[in-house]
Amino acid sequence: MFAMPGVGWLLLFFVVSVYAVMAVAFGAVDPILRTPIPAWNPLQWNARAMSSVLHRVFGGDLGTVFVRTFWFVGLSLLGCILIGYPVAYFVARKAGKYRGLVLGMLVLPFWISYLMRMMAWTNLLAPDGMVNNVLHFLHLQGPQRYWLDGNWYTVVIGLVYGYVPFFILPLYSTLERIDGRLIEAGRDLGASSAQTFLRVTLPLSVPGLMAASVITILPMFGDYYTNTYLTSGSPKTEMIGNQIERYLLGTSQPQTGASLVLILMAFLFVLMAYYLYTTIRQQRLADR
Amino acid sequence: MSPFRRRQGRAPVLAMVTWVYILWSLLPVLVAVRISFNSGKSRSTLQPLSTRWYWGDPTSSVWHDDHLHTAMFNTLQLAALCMLIATPIGVAMAIGLHRWRGKLSSAANGLMLIPIVTPEIVFGVALFLVFTQAYTGVPSGMTRQLIGHITFTMSFVVVIVRGRLQAIGGQYEEAARDLGATRLQAIRLVLLPLLAPAIFASVMVVFATSVDDFVISSFLSTGASTDTVPIKIYSGAKGTSTPALNALATVMLVFTLLAVLLAALAMKRMNRGDDDGGAAGGLAGLSV
Repeated sequence: MFAMPGVGWLLLFFVVSVYAVMAVAFGAVDPILRTPIPAWNPLQWNARAMSSVLHRVFGGDLGTVFVRTFWFVGLSLLGCILIGYPVAYFVARKAGKYRGLVLGMLVLPFWISYLMRMMAWTNLLAPDGMVNNVLHFLHLQGPQRYWLDGNWYTVVIGLVYGYVPFFILPLYSTLERIDGRLIEAGRDLGASSAQTFLRVTLPLSVPGLMAASVITILPMFGDYYTNTYLTSGSPKTEMIGNQIERYLLGTSQPQTGASLVLILMAFLFVLMAYYLYTTIRQQRLADR
Repeated sequence: MSPFRRRQGRAPVLAMVTWVYILWSLLPVLVAVRISFNSGKSRSTLQPLSTRWYWGDPTSSVWHDDHLHTAMFNTLQLAALCMLIATPIGVAMAIGLHRWRGKLSSAANGLMLIPIVTPEIVFGVALFLVFTQAYTGVPSGMTRQLIGHITFTMSFVVVIVRGRLQAIGGQYEEAARDLGATRLQAIRLVLLPLLAPAIFASVMVVFATSVDDFVISSFLSTGASTDTVPIKIYSGAKGTSTPALNALATVMLVFTLLAVLLAALAMKRMNRGDDDGGAAGGLAGLSV
């Protein structure tokens, strides 16, 4: 009963919206005005636009963009794990009396606008900015480096900076719930602390690691503003989101854009399904 | 658990990694705030302190530049309306889903979870296409942006409130019913007060998400009159921009932090003696 307004809203504005993407992707285009004519009836769908986009994705120009997107997301995920795991582990199991304080600081980035955090980096990484000054002062490089000129590492740094807070929290809550007695038992049975970590803590934290990875990978795949913002829109660092945005808002080829969205969703389907599956299973356990 | 086994707080390397991370995550933002007080036009170096970009400059300070404060009011208005609409629908949906059993309930539950794992760009494209191809009667600009924000944030409310419902369990409501309360009375007099911390947490999350949203606002924007603060910051990357953008971001940051602080204090008052349920709890619950 009470769920009805919410269900109705989601059907009207979420389900129908996603269906509109399919209707446009598999629809037709007005021959004169070049505007899309969505095919709302699935029996009238035609896959011509989709197949030409697929050709460009598998082996064409869009393929390079897809591969680059995978690289960026993969490297950023690696960065998130390398930074996020030690931090989450420390806060969950070792922080002692500082835990509340540290946790507060970890949550703080959630309340700071994402684009403001990116803006902060464009200020720091400007040619006469502080990063260059510090590196120069430490004699690590010559006077100037153009960080914001379309460098892949600037984008990866930006993505890690942007998403690592979202990585840490779910991992933290898993690590925090690990039964301390299991770790004690590992030590009692003669394992060194490194062994205990590798054979007890790490395996028990895998669900959290997976959840944290999925929750950061999904938005990263759709990201187009971080790279655009940090490289002033250099084509060298373009991700798949940029293409989608351009086809829909820049050049008006919504059909191509809609097809790309569907292809992206197909790629991400496994990750989304994994997240849904584990969440629903946890809810069932909690409901008992 | 003999005392010499306790290894809490004895992890100097992990502690250092964590503190360096926290410094790295917050320092850039502090620098961006400092730059907003520059007296000159530079956004990358530190100049003498002034309030020029807040109100001193007669044309391009936040106070005097129409575009900047329009963006600010748009952002706050969207967030306020989104809070007012998404929260009640979401709370009702959480209560409804919690007690509803059966096949259809699982479907509704899945439907509620999918928006959380949908990349924002998919959301943006889907809403853009549904409004331009099907719901053309909905006024363009802020109305569409608002609908988008509600659709995007509602599920967060449901997840946070549902987590709390599961923690509360059914016995309080049953006791109220046994003592003669009607179903609605039991919800109003017993359940809602118990849910208050979760509702507060979700209001904060909705506010922060809406204020922070760039993709949906930008796909549904119709030009300068519907620009939001994130859109302004984003478009400031191209072309010349002044520390007024930093000032704008700083003002929004102060608004958000104040709102979060107030909500956290209110929650603490309501929540005396309760273990957790604060912002961190709400967010952690959201991302598990």
